[in-house]
Amino acid sequence: MTTTAMKKEMDTMAWQKVCTKVDLVEFSGVAAWLETADGPAQVAIFYLPGQGNELFALDHHDPFSNANVIARGIVGDLKGAAVVASPIYKQHFRLEDGQCLEDEDVKLRTWKIEFKGDEVWVEG
Amino acid sequence: MMSSKNPEQLIIIGNGMVGHHLVEQLVDNGALERYQVTVFGEERHRAYDRVHLSEYFSGRDADSLALCEADYYATSGVELRTGEAVIEIDRSAHEVVTDQGRYPYDRIVLATGSFPFVPPIPGNDREGCLVYRTLDDLDAIQAAAENATNGVVVGGGLLGLEAANALRGLNLDTAVVEFASRLMPMQVDNEGGELLREKIEALGVQVLTERATQRIEDGDNSHHRMVFQDDKVLETDLIVFSAGIRPRDQLARECDLEIGERGGVVVDDQCRTSDPAILAIGEVALWNQSIFGLVAPGYQMAKAALATLTDGDTRFGGADMSTKLKLLGVDVGSIGDAHGNQNPGARMFRYLDPLTQVYRKMVVSSDGKKLLGAMLVGDNSAYDTLLQYYANGIELPDEPASLILPQSSGAAPTLGPGALPETATICSCHNVTKGDICATIDDGAVDLGGVKDVTKASTGCGGCTALLKSVVDHELEARGVEVDKSICEHFAFTRQELYDIVRVEGIKTFSELIGKHGNDETHRLGCDICKPAVASILASCFNEPITDAAHVPLQDTNDTFMANMQKNGTYSVVPRVAGGEITPDKLIVLGEVAKKYGLYSKVTGGQRIDLFGARLEDLPDIWGELIEAGFETGHAYGKSLRTVKSCVGSTWCRYGVQDSVGMAIQLENRYKGLRSPHKIKFGVSGCTRECAEAQSKDIGIIATENGWNLYVCGNGGMRPRHAELFATDLDDEQLYRTIDRFLMFYVRTADRLQRTSVWRENLDGGLDYLKEVILEDSLGINDELERQMQTVVDTYQCEWADAISDPEKLKRFRSFVNDDRPDPSIIMTSERGQLRPA
Repeated sequence: MTTTAMKKEMDTMAWQKVCTKVDLVEFSGVAAWLETADGPAQVAIFYLPGQGNELFALDHHDPFSNANVIARGIVGDLKGAAVVASPIYKQHFRLEDGQCLEDEDVKLRTWKIEFKGDEVWVEG
Repeated sequence: MMSSKNPEQLIIIGNGMVGHHLVEQLVDNGALERYQVTVFGEERHRAYDRVHLSEYFSGRDADSLALCEADYYATSGVELRTGEAVIEIDRSAHEVVTDQGRYPYDRIVLATGSFPFVPPIPGNDREGCLVYRTLDDLDAIQAAAENATNGVVVGGGLLGLEAANALRGLNLDTAVVEFASRLMPMQVDNEGGELLREKIEALGVQVLTERATQRIEDGDNSHHRMVFQDDKVLETDLIVFSAGIRPRDQLARECDLEIGERGGVVVDDQCRTSDPAILAIGEVALWNQSIFGLVAPGYQMAKAALATLTDGDTRFGGADMSTKLKLLGVDVGSIGDAHGNQNPGARMFRYLDPLTQVYRKMVVSSDGKKLLGAMLVGDNSAYDTLLQYYANGIELPDEPASLILPQSSGAAPTLGPGALPETATICSCHNVTKGDICATIDDGAVDLGGVKDVTKASTGCGGCTALLKSVVDHELEARGVEVDKSICEHFAFTRQELYDIVRVEGIKTFSELIGKHGNDETHRLGCDICKPAVASILASCFNEPITDAAHVPLQDTNDTFMANMQKNGTYSVVPRVAGGEITPDKLIVLGEVAKKYGLYSKVTGGQRIDLFGARLEDLPDIWGELIEAGFETGHAYGKSLRTVKSCVGSTWCRYGVQDSVGMAIQLENRYKGLRSPHKIKFGVSGCTRECAEAQSKDIGIIATENGWNLYVCGNGGMRPRHAELFATDLDDEQLYRTIDRFLMFYVRTADRLQRTSVWRENLDGGLDYLKEVILEDSLGINDELERQMQTVVDTYQCEWADAISDPEKLKRFRSFVNDDRPDPSIIMTSERGQLRPA
């Protein structure tokens, strides 16, 4: 990758505020609308207070059902990894990297996400 | 000739169920290395399931009835030539002749099956006189039915009643004409036949017995007029002949193979005909003077034929013709010498209940020790136990009558897995005996899955699943193997154990439970198995709103949003309509709400109305309007009480003996909101006609002159199970108390997602044990069970009313936390005047 291309990518990946802490649901998910350089994206945001990593952002779109529902799945841990189970056909996706545990070829997109004070910021 | 480069030519004539089974056997056993196999099928379809033919009229097509995938033959290396009938076997030239060519053979297997017998009645070839055997026959019946309002089946045997069911499925007024004095003369006796007639007539099918049709001629009001021996007549638009089958032995006759006096190609134990190069299997084959008109013996013949073709040892040694059938929804079972006319000195036991319309008969050896045969009409629940006694020669209990007496009258011994001999067949599809299962366990299988992998047991029709599990569990326990019943990786407890912990320790949240009793300190999130299970337990015990902050992350999405998620991410909304009774004003509100929010409307099987396609963000507004109009949540999304279905009862119906609607509303209001291991459905019928189908519910109530009969543990769905009579002639108060105890005992002891029917089947001691606990208080817990239920009843509140009054709870009902737009990817289209997902 050339220096110009790298610079361009850095320009387009901007941190944006999506909501505040009160909009989140503890140990569960909500959906957010994100405008990114690649077009709009529906993002599922999970909030696990007290865990090492408290916030996760991944695709709201469920590739198995083609519905936008991931934020409405049950959060849990399997073999130690935090996961969300799709509410439609129950596949599990790792919150950390979006990897589907039942099908190694399927992976949800993830975004960097963090608190700035009480505000929730996503890089996208 | 014998080298693999020049395989022997094997021709299979006939691509029915048995012929197809032989192909599968050849493929699975490596016989294709030795034989090049060509199959000729006269029909245009590849082999299909003839046993379930009548389902063709209830939505199944040729493809779903097919016994294999379309490319099975090609990928297996077998040439299948459908639509090509064999017209001659030229034994001198060793060639099979069709209208398209001549094919050399080394071996032939005849699997041509049978054809329907059409009695030689003048006029039997008129247009609209049909038979019931193939898919093409069914297409012809369907076409003829379009110009018909009524139809007659000639023949009241097994296939005749199947055909009658098919005609009913085409909405024809249907009659069955039988030559003998009763229906199913082969399987049942006069008492059984009479009961069968009553039950079938109650379905609106006219039954005419002792009728010999003399001729068929033009009718006055219908296409045909059937004239009987006494000059009585019956007019009808459509006639289906189903008066027995005859072996299709024409090819064998013409090439001079030995044929039985009444037809059928004579075969030996190896299924060889009089020409050893030619074998015959299935309904065309005559073994020991018998034609076997069932599919299971045909499959056994196919296995014997395989052995003959591959120099194996398997022989055909006759077959048990015991059968368990459901004809027009009526159970009929026949085991061994059901008529008792093959065993001189045999004794008969008979039980006939005209009220519930059940007939059971046992034929027992003269010393009273062995079961020689049995006959069941109206209820096949005793079939499995009786068959085990019969097939394994197990000595009968001291009072053999107890096997067929109603279970409420005392001990109804069922055979536990320990009582079965090693030779008992557990899975008849794959011919797995109890001994095979024991051997598998001794060889190292440690659980049900392991046994299934090795033996294939219960991977065929699945009918033996419960029996297999009980045998495996019993054998594992006998060997001291501890069966791991942990609910998931987070808890080393069963659901029942978690329930007890929650109650005894008064634990009220998931985090407290996993904190104190979880497996691993670093894995404290739980999962989608244990979280909803614990949520259900907490709700059963304390009945706090499921959307409270501590509970909401535990819920499945349906409970979280108190609606049923559909495949496109929208939800369906089902308000409670207790007992199915609804005022016109409320009906109008449902219509108005559906219209306003663009909801697809459908009436449910539970007598209420389902509104589909609601967007997440619209749910609070929809419920605001519904609650305003007096509706409350219907818990259609929960593992909880769903509906109490009722017939209209004595208020309107001239047959009703009690107010079934009133009782249904009472019960629905009493138990609404009860969270349980799985969904629960009730039915209340106002008389024994049972229009509410209460016997297919978890709790079924049928009115009597003196009160209510209570049935428990029924189920519809994938594995239907009739509810069993639990208590009789209860008054209203007794009924509530009994159901209180029963439901709470179920809530306490069932596994997660275990319906009452499966719970009941796995309950040690069965129905008798349940009666002891609930009716006789053998555990001394009934006061507590009643108290617990009263707590749930007293703390009921509508979850939706609770949620819409709490802004904190409503904040989840947004499409996006940062944007008000609805999810743009949900796209609807119009069909039959309503919206549906595009």
